[in-house]
Formats: sequence, C-alpha cells, structure tokens
Amino acid sequence: METKEKKPLEKVCIICAKGNLEDVYASLVMANGAVMEGIETNVFFTFFGLDGITKKTMNNLHTATTGNPAMRMPGGLPFPTMLGGLPGVESAVSSMMRKQMGALDMPPVDEFLEMITAGGGTIYACKLAVDMFKLTKNDLFEEVKDIITIGEFYELCDGDRTQIIFT
Amino acid sequence: MSVKTIAGVVVNVTEDGYMENMTQWNKEIAKEIASEVGIELTDKHFEVINYLREKTIAKEALTIRSVGKSGIVDIKQLYALFPKGPLKFSSKIAGIPKPSSCI
Repeated sequence: METKEKKPLEKVCIICAKGNLEDVYASLVMANGAVMEGIETNVFFTFFGLDGITKKTMNNLHTATTGNPAMRMPGGLPFPTMLGGLPGVESAVSSMMRKQMGALDMPPVDEFLEMITAGGGTIYACKLAVDMFKLTKNDLFEEVKDIITIGEFYELCDGDRTQIIFT
Repeated sequence: MSVKTIAGVVVNVTEDGYMENMTQWNKEIAKEIASEVGIELTDKHFEVINYLREKTIAKEALTIRSVGKSGIVDIKQLYALFPKGPLKFSSKIAGIPKPSSCI
C-alpha cells in the first residue's frame, strides 16, 4: 500500500519584479502568509518591484488603468482604455483600490513589510536593479536587510523543501 | 469531525484539531493544546487568548494586524508568544475556529 507522507514547505523565496500595486501586494500577501505559517521567508525585490521598498514610492503604488483588460468600473462595466489614459484617472483609481484594501485590513506597504520582518521574514533588494535605478541603501525602506546579487539570492534558496515564487 | 478528550473533557474537534464549540473551552484545555504545539502558557498568552475569544464572540474577523493593534501585544511579541503560528496556534489554543483570514 502506498503511504503519503506530508512534506510541508520549509522555505519560500519570493521574487517581486513589478511595481504595480497588485503585483507588490501579491508578493507581500504571499510572504506574510508564509511567515504566519512558520515558513522561513525571503523576499527579493528587483527591477520595478523596487518601488515597493523605495521610501519615496512604496506607499503610493499605482495600478495600471490602461493595458489592463481586467479593469472594471464600480458596478462591473468595462473600463474604457481611453478614460484610463486621462490625467489623474490612474491616481484616483489607485487610491480607491488602496482604500478598498484598507477596508479588508490590508496594511499599507511599509506596515506590511514591518509585519513580515516582525515575524522573522527577510527583505532583500537586487543589486543590479538598485545600480540601474541609481538608488542607494538610504533610498530603501529600513526593513530591507541588504542589497544582494542574484547569486547570493540563490544561496539563500538552499534546502530541499524550498520553493522560489516569482510574482 | 471527531471527538477528543482534552484535559479530561470530551470535546468535538475538526480534522485540524480546532475545537468546534468554543463554549466547551477552559483554561486547562488551553494548556493541554498549547503543550501539544510546544507552548507553555503565561498570563500574557491568556490576555491574547481572551482577546481572540472576545472578538470571535463579537463576530469580528481576526488578523495578526488587528491583534497587533489591540494594545495587548505588538506583532513581534505575538510571534514571540506563538512561534510559527501567531494566529493559527493562538486560535487553536483559544478554542476558536481556524482563522479564515489571509493576513
């Protein structure tokens, strides 16, 4: 008879490479969820994802109102692409999204990162992307532990019950 | 659903070991469930547990964020009290249903 032994995850390494509101939150929710389950968690922010840990931008992330076919008006009607391109629309929609997320007790990005590190999760920034965007450690949120290379990231991903998640 | 004897009391528990009826709960049960997950309960633990039970009775959704803002503990302390399961283990020990929140 076949017996199935459960092999729970021990570590997740999450890569956040995009700076849209929903992409950053996808990474944060997954990271926080992992920490809450007692799973060792590393989050690696790279390219536009760096906006999620850059002090100046982190709490004002936007969701795309053009080129986003899933965007709907309140009530469910399709959101016209032409409307999405008007000045101020993306800002207004994004702030509405943030408000709705707040109503579900989803914290702002800085607080979310603090929740993750409070539980023992670790936040890293990608060296190549930091150099490319001409950022320094001082531009990044205090909870960012280090700026590391992709090689160092892979070293963090050791262990046979480790998963890498790219959001 | 199954039946389990915890601290001498016969209680209904789910497959995951969460109590199905929070009124069957008492402090001795809490201590026994806690020891199963390797936690020895202190007064601070009980403050958190009582908070969780009150909020559950009030039908408020529980998140670690709300516990962190309760004034009893911050999130770091919550993790220190209930390592590797700040909401999961605390809920189990408090005799309330498995947390349904993602945060």
